[in-house]
Amino acid sequence: MASIDLSHYVSRGSDGEAHIDLAVDGIDCAACIHDIEAGLGRLPGISKARVNYTLRRVAIDWRDGAIAPAAFVEALDRLGYKAYPFTAGAAEAAADAELKRLLRALAIAGFAAMNIMLLSVSVWAGSISDITPETRDFFHWLSALIALPAAAFAGQPFFQSAFKALRTRRTNMDVPISIGVTLALGVSLYETAISAEHAYFDSAVMLLFFLLGGRTLDHAMRRKTRAAAGNLAALKSETAEKLVDGVAITVPAAALAPGDTILVRPGDRIAADATVVAGESGIDESLVSGETLSRHARPGATVYAGTLNRDATLTLAVSATAGHTLVDEVQKLLDKASQARSRRVILADRAAQLYAPVVHLTAALAALGWTIAGAGLHQAVLVATTVLIITCPCALALAVPAVQVVAAGALFRRGIFLNAGDAIERLAEADTIVFDKTGTLTLPERRVANAASYPPDLVRRAARLALSSRHPLAAALATEAVGESPIAGAVEEPGRGVRAVIDGIEARLGNLAFCDVGAPPDGDAADSTIAFRHGDVTAVFAVRQVLRPDAAATVKRLRGAGYDCRILSGDRAEAVAPVAAALGIESWAAGVRPAEKIAALEGLAAAGHCVAMIGDGLNDAPALAAAHVSLSPISASDLAQAEADGVFLGRSLAPIAEAVAIARRARRLMTANLAFSVIYNSCAVPLAIFGLVTPLLAALAMSGSSIVVTLNALRARPRDAGRALDGVAVQLPGAAAA
Amino acid sequence: MNVLVFLVPVALFLGLTALFGFLWALRHGQYDDVDGAALRVLDDSDIDREPPFGQSEGP
Repeated sequence: MASIDLSHYVSRGSDGEAHIDLAVDGIDCAACIHDIEAGLGRLPGISKARVNYTLRRVAIDWRDGAIAPAAFVEALDRLGYKAYPFTAGAAEAAADAELKRLLRALAIAGFAAMNIMLLSVSVWAGSISDITPETRDFFHWLSALIALPAAAFAGQPFFQSAFKALRTRRTNMDVPISIGVTLALGVSLYETAISAEHAYFDSAVMLLFFLLGGRTLDHAMRRKTRAAAGNLAALKSETAEKLVDGVAITVPAAALAPGDTILVRPGDRIAADATVVAGESGIDESLVSGETLSRHARPGATVYAGTLNRDATLTLAVSATAGHTLVDEVQKLLDKASQARSRRVILADRAAQLYAPVVHLTAALAALGWTIAGAGLHQAVLVATTVLIITCPCALALAVPAVQVVAAGALFRRGIFLNAGDAIERLAEADTIVFDKTGTLTLPERRVANAASYPPDLVRRAARLALSSRHPLAAALATEAVGESPIAGAVEEPGRGVRAVIDGIEARLGNLAFCDVGAPPDGDAADSTIAFRHGDVTAVFAVRQVLRPDAAATVKRLRGAGYDCRILSGDRAEAVAPVAAALGIESWAAGVRPAEKIAALEGLAAAGHCVAMIGDGLNDAPALAAAHVSLSPISASDLAQAEADGVFLGRSLAPIAEAVAIARRARRLMTANLAFSVIYNSCAVPLAIFGLVTPLLAALAMSGSSIVVTLNALRARPRDAGRALDGVAVQLPGAAAA
Repeated sequence: MNVLVFLVPVALFLGLTALFGFLWALRHGQYDDVDGAALRVLDDSDIDREPPFGQSEGP
């Protein structure tokens, strides 16, 4: 392998130190950490090499100029680890900072809650024995001293979010939380000042502690998911062969600039939008348009990033963002589709919209009632405050996020990474699943479709011969030779095929003319053919996209669960019909343009369906953004992955069935948790209204309800949780065949 | 009850020490890789290769 120029990924400090982050595949034991750190440490000029096991990454610092960064990748390759350069996005850095802020707030709230509880328990115990009013006041003042600064710091995430929501004239869960905490602290301070018996400092701070705990776990889970998805993007990141003064050097695709000249070999993906300078070849645009029929590109033709060069080496000039009609159309549709989706309100906020007015009204009415009944203003405000504290949205604010954390963890272990926080809710609402065909129902790479129609022995010989060829069609055939060795003495004739002597008779594998074989009569126009001749025995293999191994089983399982499965494909009707027939899907449409896909989804939505869109191509991106919820396979185009709510790994379609099952289960638990919160509140509120709630009772009720909803949330984890897919030690589809 | 005037500040001081310990650890990146820390403790390449006194060579 030629060494790669990685300077694009290196960041340089002012002190002559250079830094690079690598995503590393295959770190899964304690020894790996030591192997990698010691192995890298032996290289010259290295000042620090540190493995982050949680994120499966290595950070390397070295003296700039002492060593080329490609040497790290090679050193790791010798140790048996695949490493890929990586740049952390701005979103990831911001999320890391937010997690640290939450952890700091959680620590402060925890410290304050523990110490105030220590004082409060003394006061509660003292009230039934012999505490003097002086000691009680001293303890209350101490509590205030701890609670006020702690709440001012730890409450910031809630106060800021509540303020932001109010400014846009909306309300979310943080609004009642902020009002409740502020009022509880204010009233307690007043009570302390007039040397009264009850103060609620402990409840206010404990509330913050519980809520911060839930929010921190949610963030930590999302950070892990995002890091795993980022690593996968890095593993997928492509290289290009750039021609500099006539010499080809390998550079990361991200480092290409307009005007560069690149060389693309047959079977390689084109790394950037470009114009053909020299060479002629068939271009497979299935990842862009879903069309499986290849397009012929001549010098002067424009080719697009993500398409596959099929037949011959091309020399390309990288152009600025190419004015592709399809790409432009997709971009325009995307802008519209993303606006439409942001109108949806998540479950927790819908609950808050109902909850906040009801609770605040109840508190106000309670205060009014006590005033009418002849109590003083002081007593009335105190009752109103206890109503707000006892109905503290603790359970309500934990009800949904706790389930989300557990369900996202369960999905993560099954290789499904969700981008959006509310994707689980939307996934649970889906009742119709629309599939794209090319690359979604079918495997992203092509396979031999008619191997079964020849004797296995013949196929094996042809496949062994194919191992000696670099041609992409031969590579597809070579996947039939699992565990076989190449034939010794095979000679490749570039552009024609390979030949070797097997059992004393010459065998040839290559194009039809090379093997002197006639074209098969019933060939599909989208098929590529590769011929084999061994003496008088001949075979013509058709290479095309085949269904994912468990596509039929998964579609059957989904239909059994009551989902309406459909196909919307950009490919020709002749290519879609057999797939639909094989899967038993009756409603399918072929030759659908991106705008028509959106129209079809809108039609379904208008008929009252919630559509889950599963797609991978660039042409699917607007549909993925417009659908109620969407998923992409990991082999999808970058734009499609960015628009989808989640990405699933592997060659199987089963993750889709598992994702909807987990989401529905999570949705049931969220509803159950919300129902529990309502029941809890309807029991607790009357007590508060009649002034029967003491600080002790408030603290007990609050922690009790929080624990119940959290325990209930843990049930979102399916029972076979032992089948863990820890981290990202997952083979990328396509890597095996390439 | 006058002893409280000493004991409560002492208790608070101990709590604050723990809090600042946590914040210090957080600032120095000790929570960046919690799964890795659990495994690094098993790495014994930093201890002396010579077998300790009184122990056999092993199987």
